[in-house]
Formats: sequence, structure tokens, C-alpha cells
Amino acid sequence: MKKMLTAAVSRVLSGVTQKPASRVLVASCKYSNNATFEIKKCDLYRLEEGPPVTTVLTREDGLKYYKMMQTIRRMELKADQLYKQKFIRGFCHLCDGQEACCVGLEAGINPTDHVITSYRAHGLSYTRGLTVRSILAELTGRRAGCAKGKGGSMHMYAKNFYGGNGIVGAQGPLGAGVALACKYKGNNEVCLTLYGDGAANQGQISEAYNMAALWNLPCIFICENNRYGMGTSVDRAAASTDYYKRGNFIPGLRVDGMDILCVREATKFAADYCRSGKGPILMELLTYRYHGHSMSDPGISYRTREEIQSVRSKSDPIMLLKDKW
Amino acid sequence: MAVVAVLVRKPLEQVTVREAINQGMDEELERDEKVFLLGEEVAQYDGAYKVSRGLWKKYGDKRIIDTPISEMGFAGIAVGAAMAGLRPICEFMTFNFSMQAIDQVINSAAKTYYMSGGLQSVPIVFRGPNGASAGVAAQHSQCFAAWYGHCPGLKVVSPWSSEDAKGLIKSAIRDNNPVVVLENELMYGVPFELPSEAQSKDFLIPIGKAKIERQGTHVTIVAHSRPVGHCLEAATVLSKEGIECEVINLRTIRPMDIETIEGSVMKTNHLVTVEGGWPQFGVGAEICARIMEGPAFNFLDAPAVRVTGADVPMPYAKILEDNSVPQVKDIIFAIKKTLNI
Repeated sequence: MKKMLTAAVSRVLSGVTQKPASRVLVASCKYSNNATFEIKKCDLYRLEEGPPVTTVLTREDGLKYYKMMQTIRRMELKADQLYKQKFIRGFCHLCDGQEACCVGLEAGINPTDHVITSYRAHGLSYTRGLTVRSILAELTGRRAGCAKGKGGSMHMYAKNFYGGNGIVGAQGPLGAGVALACKYKGNNEVCLTLYGDGAANQGQISEAYNMAALWNLPCIFICENNRYGMGTSVDRAAASTDYYKRGNFIPGLRVDGMDILCVREATKFAADYCRSGKGPILMELLTYRYHGHSMSDPGISYRTREEIQSVRSKSDPIMLLKDKW
Repeated sequence: MAVVAVLVRKPLEQVTVREAINQGMDEELERDEKVFLLGEEVAQYDGAYKVSRGLWKKYGDKRIIDTPISEMGFAGIAVGAAMAGLRPICEFMTFNFSMQAIDQVINSAAKTYYMSGGLQSVPIVFRGPNGASAGVAAQHSQCFAAWYGHCPGLKVVSPWSSEDAKGLIKSAIRDNNPVVVLENELMYGVPFELPSEAQSKDFLIPIGKAKIERQGTHVTIVAHSRPVGHCLEAATVLSKEGIECEVINLRTIRPMDIETIEGSVMKTNHLVTVEGGWPQFGVGAEICARIMEGPAFNFLDAPAVRVTGADVPMPYAKILEDNSVPQVKDIIFAIKKTLNI
């Protein structure tokens, strides 16, 4: 990786949220406003070309992504704490470890595009515009919550964000339906339809693939493969774990979901593909969740602590972005 | 020269239930660009039961969409389209097949407005034939009035006549909530006189209001869908014996118009409910429970009686099938039982 910034500036950057005085120091330094990075090539299926292997990251974007990912991380960890203190009840599915997915996806689309996902939705709820306050208020069942406390963890909605869906896989056809509405209205918008490696085995996902391809819907199917569907690892659940190929007649790409720039470029690529009227496309994001399936799952009966620790130390998405500087 | 003003009475139009639903959908498709129809065979086949005849020819592929045999998938797609601002009419070839998609109807459509704290509405219509047909046996004859009527967040209507069918489908399409329209295949070909107001393009029947089809004084009979016709027949027979039945056409299963039923029971002091579905946990059971909970209970001179489909999967043989659905003689028997005659 090319490092174009001085060590002094990187020190300043890491302390920028705490020390306003250091901004003065930054202003007097000579540094570049952006940097070019090489990113991993995506595995392709039924595609001649994929996303670019280099990308430019501006300082502004870098700081924005970093702040968003850190906010999500801290929000999820806070939710963990609140759950243990019994302020949050029922189900609470956390996405710490998967921050590069939600922030990267958002970076690759416009606010006027559409997103729908599963119950592991806090991160996307934030990137789609809900405030941390409204999310935590919703989790704790308060009136100030985004759904007035009537929805809870799995049912948060915002403009162009259709939740938060509790039934595994139901969001597949729903997202294809949102894409149908985009095509019907002719507004050049796309719909990101997210589901997990577990949900990928739902029949209704295949039904959604079929109709999306048949009718050329601008739907980007996104499989967030975090290797486990609750306590079942991918090789115990799927005859084929190449989720990016499971769309059969739908082209696909497999993306490093821990690298936010990879996710961003792949999303831009996929969105351009859909907007050009070529129909649906499938993205598999290889990612990892640090927490168990939900707060009732310690997450260590079906995987080792060493595995979790290894991912944390080698592929943590926030660390990977920070290291680019 | 005397000028004679001749008042010509326009003859009432005879329209079948099928034509009435077709007209209703046609008018709403024309009125609002966001309305569209999807389902199996609705477009090029003109509808499995020809209810959507002519619509594809008039509106084309964009608005009348043939789907693959994927109920869960296309019901979910319809719900998603509704969430994103369109107004889909999702046809189930029969409501038996809606069981494949019932999660999308209940969890994705019905509950969403509430779960989102009022942020996300789902203006969708699910329609299709419901209940017993003729000789189609167990897997194709179930009545879903009780199943869908059970769920908060849904409106459920069950038309009987052509006027009902046209007015209710139009109201359902204009409603911003998910509405289930339970039609009846055996009624599709039945002609009714359509009153002149029903010929207007803005003719709507309010959801949640029952209609008293026949005034009476001795007993209240409440029914929905095809059995309403049987009740009127029974009333005609009993009228010759001096028993005047008040026949109420529910029109809407949910929200149920219990006030109209209560008002009638407080007048007649007797209640019989009639439905095609199974007895346990059914529409009649709900009516009886609510009557007990309300002011009309004290006006009952005898326990209410339910006339329902037989508590068996629908048999095939005609003699068995005929005796598995409420017949006019069963309704007369129930009325005489409650009147202690």
C-alpha cells in the first residue's frame, strides 16, 4: 500500500475527533487530499469484467467511512451492554465485524436507491439515515424510537429502507418487488436486497432470482456470507457454498467484505450494471460477525475463540481502513 | 299541442359477478397509473377463471403481469412493490395456494404498518376465489375467511352479489391497507341486476359495513359470500309459513360490522349464522362470541345457532360434497331449531 501521508498527519488523524487544536496543525501540513489504493480482484461468474482493482479514496471519504464504521461498532457494543442489563429485550442480532459491508454498500449507491435486509439490520439502519438515538431508543422500546417502540430490533424503517425483516429470506422477494417498482416508475434507481448465507438456501430466494431475471429487474442480490447461519457453518448447510454462483443464470461476483473499498467498488459496479438495464446481479460479501447469531448465542459452541481472534487481528474492517493511512 | 314528458326508466343492467370484478379492476387501472395486476395466467390467458378478461389487451405487459408458479415469490414481490409506492392487485388462482405465500401476506404485508410505527404502508390487494367449488376435492376447497379474519393489520372482504363485488374491489384497491378479497368461483357466472349508482366509476362500497338484504322480524340470519343466496331462498320458503327472516350480508369479515347484527338481534331476538367454512374457530363462532359480549345478548330468546361446512376435508363424490356445505334445508332446520318450531 502506498503511504502518501506523513507520520505526523496520521497521528493527527487518529486524534482528530478529540483534539480540535490539532486541526490547526493539519492545515499547515502539505499533504495530498486523496490516495490511490489497490484492492483485491473479485471472483467473477458470468461476467467478462469486474470492478476495478484500484480506487481513489479522498480524505473526506476516508474520515467519513472511518467515523461511520466506528459509530456502528460502538453502537453495537453498547447494544450488547444494554441487552445484558435487560434494557433491550427479545432478539438482538449484532453486526460488529460486518461494518465494511453496510458502510461500503452505502458508499456505492445514492440515497435515492433502495435497501432491504434481514434482522441483522442496525448497521444499515444507521447508514440509511436513522440516528443512533432513534435506533437505541427503538431497541429500548421508547417512544422516540424510529418505530415508536413498536418494532424493536428487527423492524426499523427509514426512507428508501424497508427494514429489518424477521422472517429469514422474506426480504428476497420483497426487494425484487421494490426493484420492480423502480423499473415500473422508470426512475433509474436500484434495490439492494441483502440476505445471509443461511437465507440463501430459502426457496423464495430462488423464486426471486427467477422473476428478477425474467423481468430484468434492477435488483442487486447481496449475500452477506459470514460463514454461519446461526450455529450451522456454510458447509453443513449448502451443497454449493459459492453463493455468488447460486443465481445460476444471474451474473455474480465474490467480494472481500472486510475491505470497505472493495465493497464500495463492487457496489458501484453492480449498480451501474443494473442501471444499464441488464437485469439483476448477485454479490457475495465475504465477511464475519464477532458476536454470536444473536445475544442469546455466545457464539463459541460452533466456532473456536481462536478463529474469532484471528479474524479480529488480521481482517478487522476498521483496522484495515485505518492501516491504509 | 300537448308536450308529454315521458319518464323512461333505464333498465337495470344484468351483470355477472365476474364482469363486475372485471369492471371494477378496469376502472381502477384506468384511474390510477400505479395500480397493476399480477398473478398466474392473469394476462395472456385472460385469467384462470376469465375474471381479468381483456385487461392485458387493453393495458399491456407493464400493468398486467403473468407470473411463474411461485406464490411465495410473487406475493413477496407484490408486497415489496406496494412498499415502494405502487398499488398492486395480487391474484391467487385460488386462496388454497395462498397458503404457500401466507407468510408474505401476514408478516410482510399485514403487520408492517404497525411494526414500523406508521412509517411504512402497504397498499396491496390480494384477491381470488375462496372456499368450495364443485368437485375439486379437499386441497382446492378450503375457506380462508377465518384464517385471514384472525389477523390485525388486514382488512378482509367477502362479496356475494355483483354490486358487492364491484364496490368492494374498488374500495379495496383505493384502500391504503392490505385487503384480502375472498371471491367465490361458483358465483362468478351468476348475473345480478346492477343498480344505476353501481354503474358509476366512483361507486364504492365501504369496507366494514354489512347490508341487510331482506328485512324481517322473527330471526336474524347472518351470512357471507355464496350462502347469502341460500339464506334468501330459505327466507322465501319460510315466509310462506309465516316466519319472516332478516338476512344480513356481512360483506366484510374484518373489521366486522357487529353493530348491524346487534341491532337486528335486538329486534328479532334470534340469531343464526351461516358460512361455508369449517365450524371450529370460524366466522360464526366470532359472531356468537361478540354477541355475548355486547348489548344484544340480553335480547336473545334462544342460543344462537351456527350453520357451517362439515368438519371434514372436502370429499369428492357429489353426494358427499353436497352434504358437506350448507344447503337451504340446513338453514331452514337451524332457523326452526332456534325458534323452537
